[in-house]
Amino acid sequence: MALDQSFVGRTYPPTAPYEVGREKIREFAEAVGDLNPAYTDTEAAKALGHPDVIAPPTFVFAITFRAASAVIEDPQLGLDYSRVVHGDQKFAYTRPVRAGDRLTVVSTIEAIKSLAGNDILDVRGEVHDEAGEHVVTAWTKLVARAAAEEA
Amino acid sequence: MSAKIAFDEVEVGTELPAKSFPVTRATLVRYAGASGDFNPIHWNEKFAREVGLPDVIAHGMFTMAEAIQVVTDWSGDPGAVVEYGVRFTKPVVVPNDETGALIEVSGKVAAKLDDNRVRVDLTAMSAGQKVLGMSRAVVRLA
Repeated sequence: MALDQSFVGRTYPPTAPYEVGREKIREFAEAVGDLNPAYTDTEAAKALGHPDVIAPPTFVFAITFRAASAVIEDPQLGLDYSRVVHGDQKFAYTRPVRAGDRLTVVSTIEAIKSLAGNDILDVRGEVHDEAGEHVVTAWTKLVARAAAEEA
Repeated sequence: MSAKIAFDEVEVGTELPAKSFPVTRATLVRYAGASGDFNPIHWNEKFAREVGLPDVIAHGMFTMAEAIQVVTDWSGDPGAVVEYGVRFTKPVVVPNDETGALIEVSGKVAAKLDDNRVRVDLTAMSAGQKVLGMSRAVVRLA
């Protein structure tokens, strides 16, 4: 079932601020086996010119995906979330995410396509800090596989 | 931000040191907790097979996080990454044994851009298959 094209361009209200904790960054860096001291050692991060420890480049996805979930689970959109797989992911940074950031996400549906029975949804998440400065934009392409595949 | 590699010392075609990342079920459970992505296809074999997968698969975002380390280890400053995008082409299947799977990542400088930036193209393989497509990072060098 093709998704409602009228959702293209729809922007959702900003999420409540997510506070980036240094121990959460450490936990994430350890989970991906990344030992770069910029993630865990404030002095090492400062030596690179950062005010505090920074997060690995893909860390922010946990925040933008949570925001996108509110979009893709919008009952009015009617996406079958149980069939969703992650197609593409892209980030563009103004600056790295760092400990102490309070980040909000504004999600926008950029495109909806139907291809061979699959529903393809492009969501853009704009991430800003507490001062309203842009930190990173995340583009997430989700593919809801056609139900016929199981037949 | 201060990368450790100088823009002027890099040429198109420069190869970055490759890295291999072992992935076991324990790795995936740990990543699930750290990332908040608890989709059972990443830890529950029965569930994974029921939705048509060959076995438990790694989170795409886990593979993406591994691959960029080739760039950040090379540049020195992870904050020097200004763009990073991938396509998830094939899943990384993780068997329930002690060795699990291996993700092998290589990268090379594909283009020199303005403002001391370079584009690095990454290749990520597992079990002989390309698991990321169009995997590109833009990093600002010194």
